[in-house]
Amino acid sequence: MSTASVPLPNWITYGLLPLINLVVAFLISGLVVWFIGEDPIQAVTLMLQGALGRGEGIGFTLFYATNFIFTGLSVAVAIHAGLFNIGSEGQAYLGGLGCALVALALDNYVPWYVTMPFAVIGAGLFGAAWAFIPAWLQAKRGSHVVITTIMFNFIGSALMVYLLVNVLIVPGKMAPETRTFLPGGTLPDLGWLIALFGGKIGAAPFNVSFLIALVMSFVVWVLIWRTKLGYEIRTLGISPSAAVYAGIPYSRTVIVAMLLSGAMAGMMALNVVMGQSQRLQVEFVGGAGFVGIAVSLMGRNHPFGIILASILFGVLYQGGTELSFDMPNITRDMIVVIQGLVILFAGALEYMFRPAMVRAYQKFVKA
Amino acid sequence: MDVAYFDLLISVLGSTIRLSIPLLFTALAGLFSERAGIFDIGLEGKMLAAAFASAVAAYGTGSPWIGLLAGVGVSVAFSLVHGFASITNRGNQIVSGVAINFVTAGLTAVLGNAWFSQGGRTPPLGASARFGEIVLPGAEAARDMGVIGHFYANVISGHNILTYLAFAAVPLSWWILYRTRFGLRLRAVGENPGAVDTAGISVTWLRYRATICAGILCGFSGTYLAVAQSASFITNMSAGKGYIALAALIFAKWRPVPIMLSCLLFGFLDAFANFMQGKKVPGIGEVPVQIFQALPYILTCILLAGFIGVANAPKAGGVPYVKER
Amino acid sequence: MSSLPAIELKGIDKKFGAVHANKTIDLTVAKGSIHGIIGENGAGKSTLMSILYGFYQADSGEIRVNGQPVHIKDSQAAIAAGIGMVHQHFMLVENFSVLENIMLGAEGGALLSKGVSHTRSALKRLEEDYGLEVDPDAIIEELPVGLQQRVEILKALYRGADILILDEPTGVLTPAEADHLFKILGMLRDQGKTILLITHKLREIMAITDTVSVMRRGEMVATRTTSQTTVEELAELMVGRRVLLHVDKGEANPGAIVLSVKNLTVKDGRGVTMVDNVSFDVRAGEIVGIAGVAGNGQSELLEALSGIRKPHAGEILIDGKPIDKVDPARLRELGLAHIPEDRHHMGLVLKFDEAENSILGYHRDARYGRGPMLDLKAVEKDAIAKIEKYDIRPPNPHLKTANFSGGNQQKIVVAREIERDPRLMLVGQPTRGVDVGAIEFIHRRIISMRDAGKAILLVSVELDEIRSLSDRILVMFAGHIVGEKTADAGEQTLGLMMAGIAA
Repeated sequence: MSTASVPLPNWITYGLLPLINLVVAFLISGLVVWFIGEDPIQAVTLMLQGALGRGEGIGFTLFYATNFIFTGLSVAVAIHAGLFNIGSEGQAYLGGLGCALVALALDNYVPWYVTMPFAVIGAGLFGAAWAFIPAWLQAKRGSHVVITTIMFNFIGSALMVYLLVNVLIVPGKMAPETRTFLPGGTLPDLGWLIALFGGKIGAAPFNVSFLIALVMSFVVWVLIWRTKLGYEIRTLGISPSAAVYAGIPYSRTVIVAMLLSGAMAGMMALNVVMGQSQRLQVEFVGGAGFVGIAVSLMGRNHPFGIILASILFGVLYQGGTELSFDMPNITRDMIVVIQGLVILFAGALEYMFRPAMVRAYQKFVKA
Repeated sequence: MDVAYFDLLISVLGSTIRLSIPLLFTALAGLFSERAGIFDIGLEGKMLAAAFASAVAAYGTGSPWIGLLAGVGVSVAFSLVHGFASITNRGNQIVSGVAINFVTAGLTAVLGNAWFSQGGRTPPLGASARFGEIVLPGAEAARDMGVIGHFYANVISGHNILTYLAFAAVPLSWWILYRTRFGLRLRAVGENPGAVDTAGISVTWLRYRATICAGILCGFSGTYLAVAQSASFITNMSAGKGYIALAALIFAKWRPVPIMLSCLLFGFLDAFANFMQGKKVPGIGEVPVQIFQALPYILTCILLAGFIGVANAPKAGGVPYVKER
Repeated sequence: MSSLPAIELKGIDKKFGAVHANKTIDLTVAKGSIHGIIGENGAGKSTLMSILYGFYQADSGEIRVNGQPVHIKDSQAAIAAGIGMVHQHFMLVENFSVLENIMLGAEGGALLSKGVSHTRSALKRLEEDYGLEVDPDAIIEELPVGLQQRVEILKALYRGADILILDEPTGVLTPAEADHLFKILGMLRDQGKTILLITHKLREIMAITDTVSVMRRGEMVATRTTSQTTVEELAELMVGRRVLLHVDKGEANPGAIVLSVKNLTVKDGRGVTMVDNVSFDVRAGEIVGIAGVAGNGQSELLEALSGIRKPHAGEILIDGKPIDKVDPARLRELGLAHIPEDRHHMGLVLKFDEAENSILGYHRDARYGRGPMLDLKAVEKDAIAKIEKYDIRPPNPHLKTANFSGGNQQKIVVAREIERDPRLMLVGQPTRGVDVGAIEFIHRRIISMRDAGKAILLVSVELDEIRSLSDRILVMFAGHIVGEKTADAGEQTLGLMMAGIAA
């Protein structure tokens, strides 16, 4: 008798087991730190101080978290429909084009709060558009969405480099980027929010996008659990045969879920392009699309979980950056290692400790 | 005039070969894994890890062969992680591959920086610590002997040993897959693991061996990057080649000889893009290099959509084998 | 003939979680005989044979082969003990050649070249000995199903099997192919092989076996010499003399025709014709039961009528109008409700809450929320009302559906479909895996639907259920409707029709 079918209480399945997986991922990361001759405890302390010690650190932490909330939501929406969208990275990249075009078009004429809604739509539309072809191929031709979205990341990257180098570049400049947006095309920082808690935002690019991310988390939550479409998406994701029985159209649901997923990824661009650098640059996504996978896995595909996991990864990113100044031996790449280990243990190996947990639980219940 | 064009062609073909090799090793790695029913997004990561390990070992020992051994060893170790997650624990193979790509990207940079403090680079390797160019017999003499001689001397000859091994690996892979017991079983387990299980063969052990094969070949491709093509490890030096190899594998419909051809095609696109950079085509103007960069992926998507024949992936691919009901 | 039996099973016991698949089974199979094992779906036949072939491990019990106790820990051990198995779903690699499939696992060396020629000549020998012709270089997926099965038999023989297990071998065969198979099996027996034939088809048992054992609900209930038993006795043993659940029902008052099926032909995923040119009507206020042994096309018929599977040919009319779009959602709009045969894969999403499942298929309805929104309060209220009316336990709309018992899960489906007040209801195996109390409840509900003037089409492999609920009975065999009987038709008559013997 295998242990796979033994039910465990929710607090173990959704609480304890993910926690154990996370702890193991961090323990192994600690081993890596120790292996290169640094003190893991001190490293953690430095990281936490760097990420949460001052207003500016918190600002950076939340800035990174904003990226991950968007991409995490993107991955999660697709997963609810049973689709693994590895293309959030490329969709976010194209989303940058969408919001940049809006900003370039409007920044001369209107204040930022007029530009913003159009930028949100532009980023979402372009992100969704980049998800459309893989979605269509999956729905109508059965091409595996995992493979096609990977391919589209690279195609998107080539397209964006081309556009930035040849079309959007400021004439006479070397850097492949658009002109800097005027204030009408930027998203203001949230210094007041940090100040509310007595901190100073300093140079942190923590901006209005964070609030948009929170709104989108709520929208996704409503969509998945409070709408008929969300009900259909979840049914399809859990049981395709039941979805057929219930008359839920496969192609339409797949395409709509992927478009929403792409739109969420696209909006991530708001944070970096309009909030931070205030221009469109090459490679601005910087792997955030892939972090979305980790965040969504850790957050159990729930917006609330995704926000928490995003903040955790924000701490890692910001703390890791600070740490690399204090301990030059530990570069920022350490974050990538931790990220990978979290994906490995919280994702691919999520059932590893389950059999042992089942045995322990059965003993505990019998006793 | 004609001679100049011919020289250009020869030079593009030469670099086509150089750029194809890492793709070829890696796509063959994917072939072993995916034909056994294990999807492998982690090719990129294993290649990168092997590049780092081989550079470090070759630097430490001064021997490229020990570098190769280290590259293969580390790559196989990550294969085993992938196997442990996706075979033993029946985890999601895509997630496991993504995780391996992250861990290796981070780890190689962190360790490289901690050990050598050169921004993630490993120290440059001397000529004796690298796989040098091999001049094939008669190449020098052939150089001036017409078109074929020129081709022999400048395209066929003058590569390192790994290049020749990569091309040797194509018939070898074919032979293993289609002419040995192991190959028969490997192909069977990727199509219908139930058939293998009921024939009294362990599905688990068979799939582990397939992923180990993939690890070995990724070890070769990583070593090629760091110890043959370059003279050191550079952060993220695999630069997406693992994904292009994956595309080549799909484009070749999971068959060894077409894999070689698609890798050469994708290598050629890369070489041609480099060559075309900044050059104007009469009547069209400058052709953006990005078109060549994106072409492998576009071609693969068109193939996947079923517009160029049908790409049938191994039937049991990506699905963990569960016996008990 | 040696006196030792080929196979002896003693006290074989196997549980899958809460399901007791095999209850201390004893079985003796004589050498050189064809031994049939018959029983309904889910009686535990396949599990027992999977244990014998080392695919599952018995929780307890002993296996003896030729008098020697053996421990069959995997298929390898079974093969070593001289046991071969032809699985219901062929264990063949479809894009391999016949030769490659036969060699797989018995290649005779690390390189294939030597094994290939050896296998080729061995195949030739088997072909001569048993008349099992097949082109060794043909690709499996290009062969007809009958030949694919022959490859499975050859696989076992090539490995030196003396004992051959065939699990529902005729399920995928045409009658002609099945007859040919029986000839082969007879010849194999005459050459001294022992054959275990698992089936739920009485006709096959009578046609080919020497001995027959009957399984019912995980138990081995009887063993008979085939020549000394009858179809009737076996049918009774298979179904068991259960307390006939008596359902009070008055006369039916059939009204207008609601569902009309004309010359309907349906093929399954493999392209095999499962429903062949079937026509019938169902009127308002009557229950039409479709009797038949499982696998004779009833499932495909239900799937086609509910819009899940596209018919190959023919017409489906509701209220005399051909349905414009074969789509489950559209059919629901037309007043069709469907209690599917398989609640786990179709009728329910087991990971959903009870309340979420109580709206499956009707979730777009305005009563569950305006416009695109889902009004969870309304859903919950609706679920609670159904829970009370149908006595679903535990009465918790937020409990995961997987945590309900089979009977209560089925009540969730039944409540959902009946409470929509449909005009036409398709009911598939309404009481499979359901406890006695719930059976009675569900039966009464179906009757009261009829009395309320609904047209009901009932498919069940439980003859008792068909007989006690139906006003008219159609018997389905091999994709055809072989006859129509009134509700008072005897069990024997129906049994013979179901076995394809009488019309």
